[in-house]
Amino acid sequence: MAELIKVGMADLKVGKDPAILISYGLGSCIGISLYDPQTKIGGLLHIMLPDSSQSRATDNPAKFADTGIPLMLEEVLKLGASRSRLVAKMAGGAQMFAFSNGTDVMRVGQRNAAASKEILQKLGIRILAEDTGANYGRTVQIDLATGIYTVKTIDKGNKEL
Amino acid sequence: MSDDVSSLSAAQMDALREIGNVGAGNSATALSQIINRRIDMNVPRVSIVPLGDVPDMVGGPDAMVVGVFLRVYGQAPSNILFLLPKDSAFYLVDMLMGKNHGDTQKLDFMDESALMEIGNILSGAYLNALFNFTRISLLPSIPALAMDMAGAILSVVLIQLGQMGDHALVIETEFKTEDNGIKGHFFLVPDPGSLDTILAAVGVE
Repeated sequence: MAELIKVGMADLKVGKDPAILISYGLGSCIGISLYDPQTKIGGLLHIMLPDSSQSRATDNPAKFADTGIPLMLEEVLKLGASRSRLVAKMAGGAQMFAFSNGTDVMRVGQRNAAASKEILQKLGIRILAEDTGANYGRTVQIDLATGIYTVKTIDKGNKEL
Repeated sequence: MSDDVSSLSAAQMDALREIGNVGAGNSATALSQIINRRIDMNVPRVSIVPLGDVPDMVGGPDAMVVGVFLRVYGQAPSNILFLLPKDSAFYLVDMLMGKNHGDTQKLDFMDESALMEIGNILSGAYLNALFNFTRISLLPSIPALAMDMAGAILSVVLIQLGQMGDHALVIETEFKTEDNGIKGHFFLVPDPGSLDTILAAVGVE
């Protein structure tokens, strides 16, 4: 059995096959994975916010898309992944409560997804698949043996990305 | 005081616990009158916890819960989240709608509306008591409801706090009916800037 490694909120874990990286109960947060199919090295990052420059508490780089993604990249490269082979998948960014006067605070899921995509593109990492938006929670995991990224929901079924 | 809540003194924590006590006491009375059952509540927990640990207070990030969320406006903007494990929420709906225990298996529009109204009443009772104690006037928004994973629902509140710090100050009370059939967690989560206002009002700046 592959080891199940939990990734908390505003947290980042990297590893190598055999291991499954899992993050439970994402709402507006995003779970971004990087994976090198040849060395079977990968990482999973659970970000809460798009942009560290908008924040007053930046001690934890894994909290933000703009600091978390480059950090994950650095760590998987350190483990021996090849930058040119790395591919990304992502899920989350929901809006859990619908308010008619949708403020920016409420749209943070959308902004998280947009920022994550933009940063991956800037780093030249191909996004293979994504499942973002809507209004339900997701538990996400990536199996480092195969690179399969699974999205589990309570009543919207499960998906493999 | 800094915006990060991890530097609160013991006296400040006591004052916040007392606020939780009067607020939740009033809410528990309101709930008890609506469902005509005795409601027990614990002494409120005032805790400063890493953001990622908050979902563990209600059974872990993938526990299935019903959450009623209200934004609180006024002199000390805050968030209120009333969380019920799924089974508790269904049992509460049975009572509110005059059904037999176990009848509710999923929430329809009326059920959701009833639960939102409960969130509304509890919040109103809580904020009223808070006003009597602190003279801080606070108004709740209309409620919103979601049934999903606890982590996903809590993230709405935690993300806002994440802008300012890595810890959450939560004032949390657990409600229980006598038969333990209904358990709920009532969270008051002041915005980081609101804490100073609340503490000043009770004289423990």
